[in-house]
Amino acid sequence: MSDLETFRAETRAWLEANCPSEMREPVRDEEDVYWGGRNAVFKSDAQKAWFDACVAKGYTVPAWPKEYGGAGLAPAEAKVLREEMTRINARSPLSSFGIWMLGPALLHFGTEQQKLHYLNQIARGEIRWCQGYSEPGSGSDLVSLQTFGEEQGDHWVVNGSKIWTSYADKADWIFCLVRTDKANKYQGITFMLFDMASPGVSTKPILLISGSSPFCETFFDDVKVPKSYGEGIPAQVGEVNRGWDVAKYLLGHEREMISGAGGGDRTATIGAVLKRLVGEIDPVLRAELAMFDVDALAYTAMGEKFLDEVKVGKAHPAQPNMMKYAGTELNKRRHELMMAAGGSRALEWDSAETRGGQPARNWLRTKGNSIEGGTSEVMLNVISKRILDLPGA
Amino acid sequence: MPLYHDEDQAMLAETASQFIADEGAIAKQLRHLRDTGCKDGFDHALWKQFAEMGFTGILVSEEDGGMGMGHVEAGIVLEEIGRNLTPSPFLTSAVVAASALGGASADLRGRYLPGLLSGDSVFAVAIDEGLKHRPERIACKAERSGNGFRLSGTKDFVIHGASADMLVVAARTAGADDDRDGVTLFAVPRDAAGMDHNAVRLVDSSMATHTRFDNVELDGDAVIGEVDGGREVLNRMLMAGRVGAAAEGVGVARGAMDMTIDYLKQRKQFGKLIGEFQALQHRASHLYSEVEIARAVVIKAQQLLDAGSEKADLMSSVAKAKVARAAGLSVKEAVQMHGGIGMTDEYDVGLYMKRDRALQEFMGDAWYHAGRVAELSGY
Repeated sequence: MSDLETFRAETRAWLEANCPSEMREPVRDEEDVYWGGRNAVFKSDAQKAWFDACVAKGYTVPAWPKEYGGAGLAPAEAKVLREEMTRINARSPLSSFGIWMLGPALLHFGTEQQKLHYLNQIARGEIRWCQGYSEPGSGSDLVSLQTFGEEQGDHWVVNGSKIWTSYADKADWIFCLVRTDKANKYQGITFMLFDMASPGVSTKPILLISGSSPFCETFFDDVKVPKSYGEGIPAQVGEVNRGWDVAKYLLGHEREMISGAGGGDRTATIGAVLKRLVGEIDPVLRAELAMFDVDALAYTAMGEKFLDEVKVGKAHPAQPNMMKYAGTELNKRRHELMMAAGGSRALEWDSAETRGGQPARNWLRTKGNSIEGGTSEVMLNVISKRILDLPGA
Repeated sequence: MPLYHDEDQAMLAETASQFIADEGAIAKQLRHLRDTGCKDGFDHALWKQFAEMGFTGILVSEEDGGMGMGHVEAGIVLEEIGRNLTPSPFLTSAVVAASALGGASADLRGRYLPGLLSGDSVFAVAIDEGLKHRPERIACKAERSGNGFRLSGTKDFVIHGASADMLVVAARTAGADDDRDGVTLFAVPRDAAGMDHNAVRLVDSSMATHTRFDNVELDGDAVIGEVDGGREVLNRMLMAGRVGAAAEGVGVARGAMDMTIDYLKQRKQFGKLIGEFQALQHRASHLYSEVEIARAVVIKAQQLLDAGSEKADLMSSVAKAKVARAAGLSVKEAVQMHGGIGMTDEYDVGLYMKRDRALQEFMGDAWYHAGRVAELSGY
C-alpha cells in the first residue's frame, strides 16, 4: 500500500471511531455550526466530543504545522482527509474566520511569536475573530477607508466605524484595517488586531432582507490599542502602514472561500432533488434546471482544476476572482430556480414545513454572495486588468 | 489525477500547437480549400502529415501499431485543430471511428487500422438520421441475408461521407426504431454497391453527405462488436465524439476569444482603445470565465473517459453542452465586438462563428445534452 493509501485507511478508521453519527447529519441551522470563542456553548455532547477529538488530532486546521495547532498534513493528505470527511458527510468541527482568514494572513505575514500565540488559540477555538474591512463610505472602493488610528506613545487611539462585520456582536477579537497615515492612500493602512471588549467598541446588528442579522455595524470611539501585546507580538500583522498588502492577500482567500461555498460542493446539482421534493416539474423549468445542472457540474470541475493548479503554482494569481464571480452568480441562479420549483410553499416565511422559511431566507441571503468580498462587477474589473490585460482597466 | 496536463501531455501540446499553427493555419488550409473549391473539404497531404506526427494513432492500441494514448491526448490535438479551424478528418477517423474499431475483430482492425495509421485512409461515421442528433432512435435497417446483411435506409450529416474509405454505420438488426437493443455497427467499405452519397457543402466549408443505402450487401465480418448488441460500441463512439467535439469547441472558443481580446487592445473609437470601455471589459471577462469553466469540464470528461469511469457518460454530455454554450458565446461576442469588420469575409472571426455552428450540431447540441443530463440525473 502506498503511504497515501495507508493514510486513507488510518483516516477512515479514525473518523469511524471519533466522528459521532449526529455529526454526520446535514447542518440544519446556525446552532449546528460551532464557532468557538469565549462565550461558546456546545449544542450537544456529540458536537463537543467531535470538536475535542479534532483539536487533539490537529484536525480543526489539518494543513497547519503541528507547532501552531495543526496536524501538519501535506496537501495530498489534507485532500484525502477532506474526501473521507465528505464521504461520511462529517460536519466541520469548527467554523472560524480565524481559520479561514486571519490564520492564512499570519502564516504569511506574522512573526513567529504571533503565529505561536494566535494560531494555537484559533486551532483550539478559544478566540472568535471578526473582520473589520468595509466602512459606510468604503465598499467596493475599500482602500478609501477612513477609520483612523492616532499614534499616542505606546498605543493607538482608534476612531471610526466599520460595516458588514460578520458576527461582530459575537466575536472576541477583530482584525481590522485602520488608516495610520492620511497622506498615503495605499501605504497608510495598518492591519490591526484588538479585543472587541476594549472600552469604546460597540456593535449593532443589521437586519437583512432574509430576516437574519449575520452582519453588524461596528463603532470605535477612542479605542486604545496597545502597540505591543508582548515580546514579538505587535498589534499589527506585517509592517505599520503596509496593511493593504495583507488585506489584498486575504481578499484572495476570501474569494476562494466564497466561490467554494457557491458551487464546488456535493450538492451542486438541483434538478433531481427538486423533482423528489415537488413532483412534476414544468417542462420549460426542467430545461432551465438541466442547463443549470450543466453549469453547476462544469463549475465543480473548474473548482477541482483550480485547486489542483493552486497546489503546483499553475493557477493565475487572479483566478480566484474568476472563481468568486462564477461561483456566486451560479449560487444566486440555483436559489432562483429552487424558489421557482418550490412554488407557493417556498414563499412561507415561518412555517414548520419550511423550517422557518428556509427556502425564502436562503434565497434572499444568496443575493449578498455577489456583493460581499468584492462585487461581481469588481471581480470583472480585476479579471479585465490582471488576466486579460485590457487597457485602462 | 490532477486536472491539468502532465509533462508528456504538455510536450505533446507544444508539438501539436506549433505544428498545427504552421501547417494547419487558416490561410493555408481553410481559406485555401474553400476558395479553390476543394471537393473533399480537407487536404490529404496534411492528413498524411498528421500520420507522420503520430496523431492518427493516438487512440489506437500499441498492439495495433498505435500510440495507445487516451482522450486527453486526442483532445490536445483537437483543441489546436479548433483554434486554427483546420479542416481535418481527425475527429471522425482518429477519434470516433477509431473508438469503434478498437473493439472490433482482429480481422477488421487489420483491414482498417494500418490505413488510419499511415494517413492513407479516412473514415466517416453514419449515425444521425434526420435533422438532429437522436442516436436513441435508429431506423436504418440491416436484414440478414445469407451469411451477411442487406443494409437499407438513409443517414444524414455524414461528415466526409463522400471521401471516406469506410463508413461506420449504426443500423437496426432487430426490434423497433426506438429500442435500445437490436442495433448493430457495420464497417461499410466505400466501394460497396448500392450506396448513394448526396454531398453537400456546409456553412463552415466542410463536406457532409446524405447517404442512402439501397440493399447494400455486407459480409458477416463487417460487423463491429456484437450483432444486436451494438449499443455498447455506439455509446463508446458517442462519448468519444462528444468529448472530442467539445475539445475542438474549446479551441474554437479560445481562438475567437483571443482575437477579440487583441482587437479590444488595438481598435480606437472616441479617442480611446475600445478595451478601455467597461461595458466591453465586463463582457470580455465574463466570456473568459465561461471559457475557462468549459476547458475544465472537458479535461474532467477526458480523464473520466480514459479511466473507464461510469461517470464518463454524464460528464461527456455536460462537457458537450457547456462547451456549446461557451463557444457559442465566444463567437457571437467576437463578431459583435469586432463591429463591422467582424461581418466581413476577409476577417477570420466569421469563420469561427461558422465552424462553431457546425460543431454545435455534431454529436448533439446543448439542448440535447442538457436533456440527457436531466434524464441521467433522474428528472
